[in-house]
Amino acid sequence: MCGLCGVLGGKGHWTDSSANPETFAERADTHTIRRERLERTALVGRVLKYYGLGLKEWAGSSYMLRGSTGKTALVDNMSQMWAEAEKMATRDFDPLDEGLIDYLHRERAS
Amino acid sequence: MSAPHLIPVNIVTGFLGSGKTTLLQRLLRDPSQKDTAVLVNEFGEVGLDHLLLQSVTENTLVMENGCVCCAIRGDLQDSLRSLFSQRERGEVPRFKRVVIETSGLADPVPIAYTVLSDTVLQHHFRLGNVVTTVDGVNGLAQLDEFEESVKQVAVADRLILTKSDIADPSDMAALRLALGRINLSAPIFDAVVDEIATQRLLIEDAGSSDYKSREAAHWMRGAGARGMQEADHHAGHDHTHTEGISSFVLTFDQPLDWTAFGIWMTMLLNRHGDKVLRVKGLLNVAGMVAPVLINGVQHVVHQPVHLDSWPDTDHRSRLIFIVRDLSREKLERSLSAFNGLTNTRHSNVA
Repeated sequence: MCGLCGVLGGKGHWTDSSANPETFAERADTHTIRRERLERTALVGRVLKYYGLGLKEWAGSSYMLRGSTGKTALVDNMSQMWAEAEKMATRDFDPLDEGLIDYLHRERAS
Repeated sequence: MSAPHLIPVNIVTGFLGSGKTTLLQRLLRDPSQKDTAVLVNEFGEVGLDHLLLQSVTENTLVMENGCVCCAIRGDLQDSLRSLFSQRERGEVPRFKRVVIETSGLADPVPIAYTVLSDTVLQHHFRLGNVVTTVDGVNGLAQLDEFEESVKQVAVADRLILTKSDIADPSDMAALRLALGRINLSAPIFDAVVDEIATQRLLIEDAGSSDYKSREAAHWMRGAGARGMQEADHHAGHDHTHTEGISSFVLTFDQPLDWTAFGIWMTMLLNRHGDKVLRVKGLLNVAGMVAPVLINGVQHVVHQPVHLDSWPDTDHRSRLIFIVRDLSREKLERSLSAFNGLTNTRHSNVA
């Protein structure tokens, strides 16, 4: 799939925009780039748990993906992360998968 | 995010013989377009007499991952970079817009991908409207037979019906319905009877700070009207290449969490980007007063645009999807589940 999407550098990934105070001025006081990245890491970590993977924010510029066997990979953004995570887990990650959706509902309740 | 310094790049596409060059001639006659550079894939029979006209040889570099939409059009990459350098050196007039006329069998998505992802181009150019011409006489048959034709319609921001004066009126009516089914929100203009205003086709787009709000309002109105029309239309029109394609609006009453939306959308596009022909809409983001405008073509997503205010009285998140073989209900349930993970964070948000 598209591991290259949004990764070619330059202006940053589209999902990073909300942390930009210029764009989201009303949230500038509370939503720093750092905080936004930590929130993203925590949230995506809850999804990745379903597949036995983990994610850490890395130096304010990357994310470190960790597999169940301890294998790690650095990724720049969410698009690259999903492609890499699939490779690491050697399976497809489908957000429309009923099993995942049920799991997310359970996660919500927990 | 609006970047007024970026030069808009418009794509004029359409199947073989559908009148792309004729349309382009009309658009370029407008005095406002004297500062437009034109890139064409091939010099056709209809001559274009324009100050800045360059030909490119189609040359697509398919990436290692094999995803066709994420292919860099090497020809275009080189042409646009070179054109910009010439402009900066004063070797060509200081153009303010670029129009790319594709070949009749071209997939417009790699062109969009090239403009949005190239590390040099993205600092100087932005993608403007994709204008697609559709042949009033042969359009239905082309949609039936050619995947390229369906794709060109699905990714369009403006649809231009041509040759309506020589087409059978019932064919034209069926064609309009088919176009509405493939692309819920793009306005349809009849090149024979409607005014073909350069302003409406090229200048007013969602990436322009002056027009983003009005364009968003047009999306929503178009999707609403066309959606009603579709609901009333029960005839079977499952042609070979339009089978499985549907366009619909997902509506969410509760505000969406921006972070959860980004995680969901990137995961969706990673797995199903080839089936998501187009996604655009307005998001009511939790904690934000004004909406965020989303605009994507397959795996390619524009930088989100922050509107100053809501363009209409409906303040719900509304996402227009054009998809192939994806269930509306599943998309809705999936996004709701991802958004639900953040409920505790936004429990204080009305």
